[in-house]
Amino acid sequence: MAVSQLVGAKIHRREDPRLITGHGRYTDDLTRTGLVHLAVVRSPHAHARIKSIGVEAAKKSPGVLGVFTAQDFKDIIAGPATHPVAPVFAPDKKVNPPRYPIAREEVCYQGEPVAVVVAEQRYQAADAAQLVDVEYDPLPAVMEIEEAMKPGSPKAHTDQPDNIAWDATYVPWEATEEAFKTADVVVKQRILQRRLSPNAIESRVVMAEYDPFDKRLTMWMSTQNPHWIRLFVSGALGMGEHSVRVVSHDVGGGFGSKISPYPEDYLVPAVSKLVERPVKWTETRTEAVQNAYAGRGQIYDVEASAKKDGTLLGMRVTQLLDCGAYIGTFGAFQTCACLLAGGAYKWKAISSRSIGVLTNKITTDPYRGAGRPEATHVAERMIDLLAVELKMDPVELRRKNFPAKEEFPFTQNFGLVMDSGDYNASLDKALKLFGYDQMRREQAEARKQGKLVGIGLSTWIEICGLGPGAVTGPATGGVVLSESAQVKVHPAGGVSIYVGTHNHGQGNDTTHAQIAADALGVPIEQIDIRHGDTNEGPGFGYGTYGSRTLAVGGVAINRACAKVVEKGKKVAAHILEAAEEDIVFDQGKFHVKGAPDKSKAFGEVAFAAYGQLPAGLEQGLEAVAYFEPPNFVWPFGAHICAVEVDAETGNAQITKYVAVDDCGNIINPMIVDGQLHGGIAQSIGQALYEEMVYDQDGQLRSATFLDYTIPSMNEIPNIQLDRTITPSPTNELGVKGIGEAGTIAATAAIINAICDAVSPLGIKHVDMPATPDRLWNQIKEARK
Amino acid sequence: MIPAAFEYAKASSVDEAVKLLDRLGEDAKVLAGGHSLIPLMRLRLAQPKALVDINGIKGLDHIEVKGSKLHVGALARHVQIHSSQTVKESLPILAEVAAEVGDNQVRNMGTMGGVIAHGDAAGDYPTLALMLDADIVTNKRTIPARDFFKDIFTTALAANEIVTEVVFPVANGPHKYIKFRRRLFDWAIVGAAAQKVDGHWRVGLTNVGPTPVRAKAVEDALAKGAKPEEAAQHASDGLNPAGDLRASPEYKKHLARVLTKRAIEQAQ
Repeated sequence: MAVSQLVGAKIHRREDPRLITGHGRYTDDLTRTGLVHLAVVRSPHAHARIKSIGVEAAKKSPGVLGVFTAQDFKDIIAGPATHPVAPVFAPDKKVNPPRYPIAREEVCYQGEPVAVVVAEQRYQAADAAQLVDVEYDPLPAVMEIEEAMKPGSPKAHTDQPDNIAWDATYVPWEATEEAFKTADVVVKQRILQRRLSPNAIESRVVMAEYDPFDKRLTMWMSTQNPHWIRLFVSGALGMGEHSVRVVSHDVGGGFGSKISPYPEDYLVPAVSKLVERPVKWTETRTEAVQNAYAGRGQIYDVEASAKKDGTLLGMRVTQLLDCGAYIGTFGAFQTCACLLAGGAYKWKAISSRSIGVLTNKITTDPYRGAGRPEATHVAERMIDLLAVELKMDPVELRRKNFPAKEEFPFTQNFGLVMDSGDYNASLDKALKLFGYDQMRREQAEARKQGKLVGIGLSTWIEICGLGPGAVTGPATGGVVLSESAQVKVHPAGGVSIYVGTHNHGQGNDTTHAQIAADALGVPIEQIDIRHGDTNEGPGFGYGTYGSRTLAVGGVAINRACAKVVEKGKKVAAHILEAAEEDIVFDQGKFHVKGAPDKSKAFGEVAFAAYGQLPAGLEQGLEAVAYFEPPNFVWPFGAHICAVEVDAETGNAQITKYVAVDDCGNIINPMIVDGQLHGGIAQSIGQALYEEMVYDQDGQLRSATFLDYTIPSMNEIPNIQLDRTITPSPTNELGVKGIGEAGTIAATAAIINAICDAVSPLGIKHVDMPATPDRLWNQIKEARK
Repeated sequence: MIPAAFEYAKASSVDEAVKLLDRLGEDAKVLAGGHSLIPLMRLRLAQPKALVDINGIKGLDHIEVKGSKLHVGALARHVQIHSSQTVKESLPILAEVAAEVGDNQVRNMGTMGGVIAHGDAAGDYPTLALMLDADIVTNKRTIPARDFFKDIFTTALAANEIVTEVVFPVANGPHKYIKFRRRLFDWAIVGAAAQKVDGHWRVGLTNVGPTPVRAKAVEDALAKGAKPEEAAQHASDGLNPAGDLRASPEYKKHLARVLTKRAIEQAQ
């Protein structure tokens, strides 16, 4: 039987029929016998001192089992260890306020838990929560980054010296002195990355059941990395990891917001322990918009310089990062923008510095792209600003400064090694697909008629596949971001694969099975991919984020399969009565070298593996592999966008969008395209629509989907995709990552196009989101 | 997103609904399509003690022309209005506006009576009702639209008064409604409607104040022969819109002028 090659095939997602027809099993679909429901009483203030908490009325409310405050959890949940902060830049850390899952004396952001109510029914819990009488003494809130940095500013935490979470200089300014002194042109720009709400369509849900007899805890929840949660929760509740099980099967989106631990991850199991009943908490949309760890929230002050001929010289980047009220567990990851701000280009020198600032808002943490969209936006905007000054076509300026294909692996300014690339190839293809020259001619015509039309490019790159231990070990505090997989071949040939990554929309159940089907030479239907249960599979899984699932997790699967094949060869040698070194594995069959007819099918070998074997050969056909990548992987591509801006209303309309991306070898082209469609749509959200808006007292004004405007299908233009394939040398599959590429690439193309459109009015820069009222205001000011 | 407890009663006639409202008192609310009321309840911004569901009342979803009037029943859903041949022929602007309300789910549930009774100045039907001099018919009386919309979310309706139908003039001359919004299913940031009735322009504006607005100054300028562009400059006369996250008051006034000009120019 010839086994088809599945890697590279455009097969349908195996998980879709179940998910699309409503047969997914999300945490809120699950129940337990005797389940009770938890509601959280949250601070309405951004900053206040708690004077008193009156719980009597709530306790008497129908169905209520208990009302609990910080006092009640003191002996159950161990202190601020619940919210560890990855020690990236530890020497530069200044203020790192301790965070508890429930407020003790001071609340520091709107929505911080103050009390929890547990009741027989969800409605009863919600009603009783309204009866908890909390008396607050409001304190001044500090909401703006630059305000928070001023000496004498109100403090986000009254017991801390100031609001500076960190101040890290990567390369000092002196290093770029020459690059600016010798420059013919210098451009300066402030670039805003406004706060975004991640808004996974499935909000967070935690259900916990503590068994007081066995002293075991099971948690079902919506998370991107159940093993990390097990690590954190078992530690905080003083339990061994062996007695805590975290299950996270179907998850309706994460976008980074379900990586770090949340207060409810501790409060729900702790309450289960207190009331000795299974407890569920389902986040409302209002809670999700308010309290999901936010994305972006940064200000960039950037200078860039070049020679007259377009040779890039220097860049200086200062990132001001709004941490929110507490530093996110992985919040400092976003500072990677400081190391990547040079983009796809060769610069003589780059200086950068990041200042993390505490405010009275929900914490920021990685959000799809996390630092890389920001870096791309900085690089691509600065290139366009230089192109305007140099009167060069932005395409030519880019080409002139790309590292050539032959220069890879290319070491960029901060010593990171870009594994492979052919930036001209993707750009060429994109220009052709877009019809660049023709579109420029049409633009010239349209401008004569007074229309504001523009074209914008983003020749983006990214770093992903987190990550090599040398970098991730110190950054996380000792855990390297490798990945695990376990392959079990059952006697009749069925294959169960347990992965440490997680599937919350990425299509891994399909792509992982494609890899294994080829590696083992068995039909894909014979392979079951399991994720999201810490009681299954290897000892630790590292989770899904940072476009790592394929480039790290996929490789672990491939390696575990290879181990199985090696074991299979031993078994085949026995049943074929040949020497092990003479056994060849090809397309699902083990045969004797030079005698393809003398062969055993994979299933036959599996069966034999559980039968009588010669001395020294153990039964079984299974293997565990961990893969720690030697480097990151570096996808890249070229996005080109055309927009028309209505000068009267300020409305910007995308009229054409082309993306040619390169993520190395491809397992499933349909899934790659799907990731790009989704990512670009999300990026359109940031570029044109989305922003978390607070008033000066810290009240979230964009608290519903009416005011936090996520674009719908109707607002997404036709997106033309194509690709180039430059395999990665970092892993044997030659793969990179594509999960975040759309969000990394697209904002810059869209905003560059808008800036190009309004450039005849003398407008040089437009910030995100480029809403009609903002653009209209800018146009009006420019015309004065 | 979890509403407070409330009582629920379903009426099978207008009389029964009124009796229920009388019994349940001022804290009771009428439930029609529910697409404004229920979100407010889920946010606990509205906590009515009771709901009187009128969806079971037969004969309230009529759409018919009698003489020179188009009668639209209170329970006529947006989907019925926008797909009704009668509306398309007698008042096409209404069919077009109905097609742009919300999304499919909203259009399948939301009703004419619900929109009118809710009195949201960001609603589209109130603008048409006002500029076209429609009549709002209730179980008690007939209220001219100009006397109906009193203030923000406030109408002339008494607590036990139920809208039964809205009576529009038949008008199938040149017309255009421009609903300026970010997303297809959003409410208007600003909307502008132009409709020629008996040779005269009627012009209305959505979401530029606490109530819908009839742009009389624009109508008068057009009557005196002003070009659309000149006349539209009066669209913001006397407006004092509140700002929100999408638009400043100044931008709303600007949009009122721009959209009014476009609506008149594009009217067919």
